[in-house]
Amino acid sequence: MLHRLSFIPGRLLRAVPVVLGVTIVVFLMVHLLPGDPAIAILGDKGTPQRIAALREQLGLNQPLWLQYFSFLGRLLHGDLGNSLVNQRPVSEVLFQAMPVTLTLLLFALVMALVISIPLAGIAATRPNGARDLGVRLFTLLGQGMPQFWVGIMLILLVSVNLRLFPVGGFGLTDSDHFYYLFLPALTLAISMSPTIIRSLRASTIASLGSDYVATARSKGSGGSGLFIHHVLRNAAIPTISVIGVNLGYLVGGSIVIERVFAIPGLGSLMLTAIFARDFTTIQAVALFIALFVIAVGILTDVVYTLLDPRVNFSNKERA
Amino acid sequence: MTTPVPLLSVNNLSLGVVRSGHRPTMIVDDVSFAVAKGERFGIVGESGSGKSLTLRAIAGLLPVGVDVLSGSVSYEGRDLLSTPLAARRRLMGPEIAMVFQEPMTALNPVIRVGDQIAEGPRRHLGLSRAAAMALAIEMMAKTGIPDPAKRARAFPHELSGGLRQRIMIAMALSCRPKLLLCDEPTTALDVTVQHQVLRLLEQLCDDFDAALIFVTHDLAVVNQTCDNLAVMYAGHIVESGPVKDVFRDPRHPYTRGLLDSAPDFDQPDRELVPIPGFPPNLADRPPGCAFAPRCSHAQSGCLVASPPLVPLAPGRSAACFESDSIFRRVPA
Repeated sequence: MLHRLSFIPGRLLRAVPVVLGVTIVVFLMVHLLPGDPAIAILGDKGTPQRIAALREQLGLNQPLWLQYFSFLGRLLHGDLGNSLVNQRPVSEVLFQAMPVTLTLLLFALVMALVISIPLAGIAATRPNGARDLGVRLFTLLGQGMPQFWVGIMLILLVSVNLRLFPVGGFGLTDSDHFYYLFLPALTLAISMSPTIIRSLRASTIASLGSDYVATARSKGSGGSGLFIHHVLRNAAIPTISVIGVNLGYLVGGSIVIERVFAIPGLGSLMLTAIFARDFTTIQAVALFIALFVIAVGILTDVVYTLLDPRVNFSNKERA
Repeated sequence: MTTPVPLLSVNNLSLGVVRSGHRPTMIVDDVSFAVAKGERFGIVGESGSGKSLTLRAIAGLLPVGVDVLSGSVSYEGRDLLSTPLAARRRLMGPEIAMVFQEPMTALNPVIRVGDQIAEGPRRHLGLSRAAAMALAIEMMAKTGIPDPAKRARAFPHELSGGLRQRIMIAMALSCRPKLLLCDEPTTALDVTVQHQVLRLLEQLCDDFDAALIFVTHDLAVVNQTCDNLAVMYAGHIVESGPVKDVFRDPRHPYTRGLLDSAPDFDQPDRELVPIPGFPPNLADRPPGCAFAPRCSHAQSGCLVASPPLVPLAPGRSAACFESDSIFRRVPA
């Protein structure tokens, strides 16, 4: 088992050029914007003297490659620069917002699985039956409704009318956090589950018709034991990659949702930074999101390997 | 049959695909046979003759869409088809077990083979995890798997086809069933391995005193393994009887055709005679004998009515109007 995970160091090594590429893109973001960053930052307060001073301060007069290497050098020391708005170190702000968003994403993922696995199972036991049609209708609706709208509707229904959950915010204690994050996580889960359900439904149908399930039945297995032990483990394998890809999208979705529910996470940080033209913060959040997506990719392969003994990323000859 | 109450009897079983607004498509039509305790019974036929589905109906493993239209399957005098699902599941393993055709796909790819064998004994015999694993390893040793304790930790894809089929056999026999259903268990294997697996099946069925229903298209396998056989064609049993008698003196032209088209080591110079044509489309079955369009002896009457399976001698029957005239010269 463990030797099959020996691909991880190699995979991490191969992620290095990708990360470097990301830093280049993130770095150039500021310079690709039309106009001078100094002018953009100063806005209408920009006198020629102040602009020249800021250019000097930001090192904008140096050649681009030199600027990039000093950016990279500072990055390696964990220095993401200071916020252009309030002069606080960006890393500090980032590490404050990061756990909020990661908790939200994890919560949303768990909720999406809690929604998807039973629904996919119900749909697959009788394809084209009434319950299957119901589940398919749900996936259509879930995919058709925009996230922000679902969020607002949930706030109206559950928070304002039924007063079950807060309309927004993050709470103060750990248990509070989950209470406050319930609706936003549900919103993300509703938008994420249709893809999971579709993939899982298809693979569950295939698994239910497979020879090994017939074998399991011939041993007297049936019901939920058969589903969990024999069907789900096999059916989950193709769905893992779907979830991996979706987690990437989910980060983007969380930007909108954090705004709707006033959650002080990376999304809110990013949006505020964009409106304030706080380029260092934008750079930092973009970099973090890119790293997160790369990490999810590697994690997907690890889960894949753990679930399916036939998968072996470590041995190229068998791939 | 020798015993008064057979271990298993299939009575007038019909299977088919039912679609609303259509007449049901009959796949297995009015099939009856009985298997005594410890007997080895072969069902022979080509692809699509309904032999595998008959077996699956006994095991309660019909694929979605295929239903029992009429008839009964009784095991030790108890009707399986009306037995509630939970009670029927309790029979699968300790009473009736099954070995499938494709060892490549019949094992769960993500579970260690030892655990797959141990699953049945844990459920049915109430064994602890450790005791069930010990039994699994013992069963693997009985099926001739070298180094069973180590192999028990292997995943199916790490084993060869022959080993996987031995795992299947170990799994099927782990709860000491009285009836073992085999669906072409040797078809997917190399010829040398086929022979070993057959010997193993026979020996283990003897050891465990289990009856065997062996579905195959391979006449030689039936000849080696079984006591009695039924020949199926297009969903009907066309001939049945003791293997030796049927082989020496077939009474249905299809059985004769099967024998003539298969190589025989005792007569290596004999020319192989293929059966012309193809089996009928079951959705559009011709009236009359299903074999008539391919039969060189068919008379006009064969195209009109379907011949019933009639007894010819004790334990022997055939479904052919012309049986007497065709096979008259051969002494019964």
